[in-house]
Amino acid sequence: MNLRRLKAIVTKEFIQMRRDRATLGMLMGVPIMQLMMFGYAIRQDVRDLPTVVFDANRTRQSREFVQRLLNTGNFRLNGPVDSYDRAIEAIDHGWARAGVVIPADFAQRLKTGRPVAVQVLVDATDPTASQSAIGAAQLVGQVENVEVMQSRIGALPGRLPLEVRVRPLYNPALKSALFIVPGIIGMILSNILIVITAMAVVREREHGTLEQLIVTPLSRTEIMLGKIAPYVLVGLFQISAVMLVGHLLFGVPMRGSLPFIYGASLVFIVANLGLGLFISTLVKAQAQAMQTAFFFLLPNVLLSGFMFPREAMPAAARWAGLLLPLTYYLQIVRGVVLKGVGLVELWPQALALVGFAALFFTFSTLRFHKQLE
Amino acid sequence: MAERETPVELVRLTRRFGPVTAVSDVSFRISEREVFGILGPNGSGKTTTIRMLCGLLAPSEGHASVAGFDVGREPDRVKENIGYMSQSFGLYRDLTVDENLRFYGGLYGLDDALEGRLAWAHERMRLAAFGDRLVAPLSGGEKQRVALACATLHRPRVLFLDEPTAGVDPGARRLFWQIIRGLAEEGTTIIVTTHYMDEAERFDRLAFLSLGKLTALGTPAEVKASFGVGMSLEDIFVSLQEQSS
Repeated sequence: MNLRRLKAIVTKEFIQMRRDRATLGMLMGVPIMQLMMFGYAIRQDVRDLPTVVFDANRTRQSREFVQRLLNTGNFRLNGPVDSYDRAIEAIDHGWARAGVVIPADFAQRLKTGRPVAVQVLVDATDPTASQSAIGAAQLVGQVENVEVMQSRIGALPGRLPLEVRVRPLYNPALKSALFIVPGIIGMILSNILIVITAMAVVREREHGTLEQLIVTPLSRTEIMLGKIAPYVLVGLFQISAVMLVGHLLFGVPMRGSLPFIYGASLVFIVANLGLGLFISTLVKAQAQAMQTAFFFLLPNVLLSGFMFPREAMPAAARWAGLLLPLTYYLQIVRGVVLKGVGLVELWPQALALVGFAALFFTFSTLRFHKQLE
Repeated sequence: MAERETPVELVRLTRRFGPVTAVSDVSFRISEREVFGILGPNGSGKTTTIRMLCGLLAPSEGHASVAGFDVGREPDRVKENIGYMSQSFGLYRDLTVDENLRFYGGLYGLDDALEGRLAWAHERMRLAAFGDRLVAPLSGGEKQRVALACATLHRPRVLFLDEPTAGVDPGARRLFWQIIRGLAEEGTTIIVTTHYMDEAERFDRLAFLSLGKLTALGTPAEVKASFGVGMSLEDIFVSLQEQSS
């Protein structure tokens, strides 16, 4: 290892990076763009479903009931309709996502103590979107029941016998952004770095410059380190940018140790660069490198727990997820950022990352060396 | 560089790839200031020979020394003392001429000598006007001279040129050979592989390889004579090519 030679190649990489405006823009801009997209656009907590109401009863009680539903914030009144069929029609056409149907004898039945059914139609084509509306409607029904019972029996003694108190920890407002934004850090690091490293090495081969490099005193390890060193810095810059903007725009906290985040990120970056380098040894052209990288990107999005909870996955998918460094990195980032935990709680994940980094890096170095012969 | 050992020497050099023998029992010496051509059709073992001489590939049998270092045992020392210019011009097109030069200068550890050598390269390779220009839009001949400058900045004792004049116009080619001659006169030993038989006349001596074996060695005139009267180097090349296919 010769530091002067290493400096020469790192300098060269930086000049090339600076000169390639499109790639530089991508490296700097994409993390922020993805942050905006995921942070603002992705909401798993669906609120304000446009709702039509067919109130066949038209009494004070029926209007009160509808108002209660609206007050949950899950429904937004889109207008009354004059029949059940119209309500269905509105949902069929997508004018509304929910419909409330109140029978003509609603108030009478309540008053005389006979059971009455209110129907809430929910467009459940998207199960996630409809979930909270369904829950809210059921809750309103229960509250209403308790009140009716209370008024019938007379005053209940102060309180209900059993009350479940739920206290959401770490993210009390249940904001999606808090969950998504730390995940984006891992997503961006792995996706961009894998593609960029693979492309950078393949480009040298395509242009015949790698052939020229290996006849210089530059060792193979120096070539590799020189090529990836600039991207380690890029990766660290991206993490910082996403964390900062995530904090300013979405109020994402930093409850744990910043040095631990950077330490774990460094290991994660090395693992991904190793993977990128490995891809570069498998392919001949930049376009191929891009396609092969995508092969790794999809599992990263789908199986790592970035968007979909791993707990909900079938066993095979869960195991497949364990083969992705991103899975462990996400647990670390979310743990540190949101829960404020550290190495004491997260050492198994940290250890897994170190293992991946060592494995990928050793393996791709060997392949890289062999290939240059 | 006080002692003046033979710059390039091959002794029964052999390289096998599995069952295939790419280079078989090749021996010759090249002296200082010589411009030496290695000629042969594709698959003749030309590239394998060059790769062994550059320290990229270890010989299976026999040995070779370049600039006084054994290519099998001291490949790193060999690399420090040679220059190599590939036919694809291993230049970074998105860097300027000077950035390329500085990069290669850095790889060979030039440090303080760098600025002086940069000036030398500008003058000798006629690049003074191009220092701040990007490599990409340069002509074939200009790129060739930049590549040559990168390969010679560190004053290599032995310079390898792999198909150096492919895709270069005749005027630029003549200028290139002038520069090569100048380098040889200053003490550089130069090894060239080429397909252009008209250029073979420019070599002081040449070696013909066919199917991994050395089939002719000597000055262009000697080689022609050994193949019979009236044969041009091109005829010899074609007949060797036919034999090997």
